[in-house]
Amino acid sequence: MLFKVFPKEELSRLYTLLAPDRIIGPLTKGRDQHGHPLYDFAVSRNFAELRLDYGQTLHSLKNFFLPYREDLCSFSFPKDGSGNWHKEVDYGAFVPLVFFGLHPCDINALNKLDKVLLEGRYPNPFYGAKRAKAFIIGHSCTPQPFCFCRSMGTDTVLRGFDLFLTPLDEVYFAEIASSRAFHLLEQLSCREPNDHEHRRYRQQITTRESLFEAQVETSDLTKILDLEFQAPVWQEWGRKCLSCGTCAQVCPTCYCYGVEEKVDMDFTRAHKEKMLYSCNLLDFASVSGGHNFRPQSHTRLKYRYYHKHRGFVEAFEESLCVGCGRCGQSCLAQITVPEVIASVRASGGNE
Amino acid sequence: MMIHHEKDPAAAGAQFEYSYQAEITNVYPLTSAEKLYQVQIIDPDEREGFCFQPGQFVMLEAPGIGEAPFSISSSPIRHGDLELCIRAVGRMTHFLDRMGRGAIVGISGPFGTNFPVEKMEGEDILLIAGGLGIAPLRSPLLAVLENRSRYQRVDILYGARSPSELLFVYEYAVWRQFGVGLDIIVDQAEEGWPGPVGRLTELLQQRIAGGVAADFKQRTSAIVCGPPVVFRFVCDLLIQAGVPMEKIFVSLERRMHCGRGKCCRCNIGSTYTCLDGPVFDYWSVLNLKEAI
Repeated sequence: MLFKVFPKEELSRLYTLLAPDRIIGPLTKGRDQHGHPLYDFAVSRNFAELRLDYGQTLHSLKNFFLPYREDLCSFSFPKDGSGNWHKEVDYGAFVPLVFFGLHPCDINALNKLDKVLLEGRYPNPFYGAKRAKAFIIGHSCTPQPFCFCRSMGTDTVLRGFDLFLTPLDEVYFAEIASSRAFHLLEQLSCREPNDHEHRRYRQQITTRESLFEAQVETSDLTKILDLEFQAPVWQEWGRKCLSCGTCAQVCPTCYCYGVEEKVDMDFTRAHKEKMLYSCNLLDFASVSGGHNFRPQSHTRLKYRYYHKHRGFVEAFEESLCVGCGRCGQSCLAQITVPEVIASVRASGGNE
Repeated sequence: MMIHHEKDPAAAGAQFEYSYQAEITNVYPLTSAEKLYQVQIIDPDEREGFCFQPGQFVMLEAPGIGEAPFSISSSPIRHGDLELCIRAVGRMTHFLDRMGRGAIVGISGPFGTNFPVEKMEGEDILLIAGGLGIAPLRSPLLAVLENRSRYQRVDILYGARSPSELLFVYEYAVWRQFGVGLDIIVDQAEEGWPGPVGRLTELLQQRIAGGVAADFKQRTSAIVCGPPVVFRFVCDLLIQAGVPMEKIFVSLERRMHCGRGKCCRCNIGSTYTCLDGPVFDYWSVLNLKEAI
């Protein structure tokens, strides 16, 4: 990894250099009932509106890569009576996107999505085309009370970004991970970090580590989840869960979808549309003929935990959860990951 | 031809959303609900290049209506001249039911794992089907019959709700000519039904009792397809009779929207039914929570 430092006021110049592409960053979207600002990722028009000191955004940046609704293909039907049709595919990657100020959890989330969506036999080009056009600038964060990324090993990030910035007093300490980022920094008044800045950077890491409050005990979690598959505590969570799917919509790593085909009013065209779904929704695992493999709320909630914390671990040796805490923050039934996992871990030990 | 392991997203996408245009060339009603559709990939090169193994499935697309997975019921030697046994039960399948012959549909695949019929050579083949489970089972059956001399006993145990719901009735005589032991049982008899009435497991118990026990456990490779309720009872009986779990194969059904391990709807534990299945050996199934 290459490291550089540059004066803080230079950051607006970096923004200007990238401005020909569309810049997505954390913006203030409103205030909650306590008057605290609510943040979300959105298209930014000027540097001043970026809120790089944001705690956490309401939504992940998932919908820039996996839009909530997206056409997978369209069909045209020539009016020659042949019954023939023509299929067109558009990946929906229009302009290069710059992501300005992503926290390690969200960059790690993209890295995890890459494993499912880009590796293996059928890489998903809709995701891949958008991913290939993204320029990512990470920014260090201040842990929020609900963040448990440190438990999930996603509080730091080693790859998946072009540039990662940590503010130190009057300078930004920059980790450079791509040649494009390297050449951009050449246009700023950059220099090598000195010994003092190395020490300050490492102090900053230690200070940040001490700020985490929420945690999830992950040791032997895959085995415990298997052992406690029938634990009654799942049914208690199932009774609380509203099966609304909000957790999946705000989750940076949930990627499941459903497909609908729609015919235009004049019957000359049709679209195959994908929409992000949620395993908590009632018909997630229902099949033709009426059988539903997970008819009860608790079986669906349990499945969600099994996929994130067990199934994905078995396939990729890491959890699909990045510990961003958004699902718990947005859950109308106030179900949080640390509480659910703690209760499942406890259910075996209380006998 | 499909190109796999493509790195360039554009080329990969051509594969990802690619579907062969195929024509429904014939439709044979099998029962009041199920029909056998002959679906032929139109381009001769694509048709010839379409290679599958018994047990694999395709995604069948009716533009503007929907897309759904269907297991292939025809023999692999027919390549892209496919036969699909389809019950009219949802929007897509009712559409097919109405459209019939001449309709042009999209086919993508083949997807998923297969029944390892070549590895089963020299063995007794036991095919056990409940209801519509005979549809995915017909492909390995035909593949076995095409190389009949390479296998020992071939038996089919087939359970249906009633005699009028039996599928592929017109083929039973041909199967028997190939030396297939075909035993059928129904839940409810109808007038003129000469066969037994009861559960599929009763047929299996008879088959196990009827042979030499040592032969059965050493020589049997079993393929089991049916509604979820069938698996546990049938597979438990096979295991009690000493058939190794690695030689018992099941084909699982799940909701699917892509067939390519991306929509996550068919996920069970760490596996996707579309990529790691639909054919699993029973040992793998036992290790998957809520698989059956």
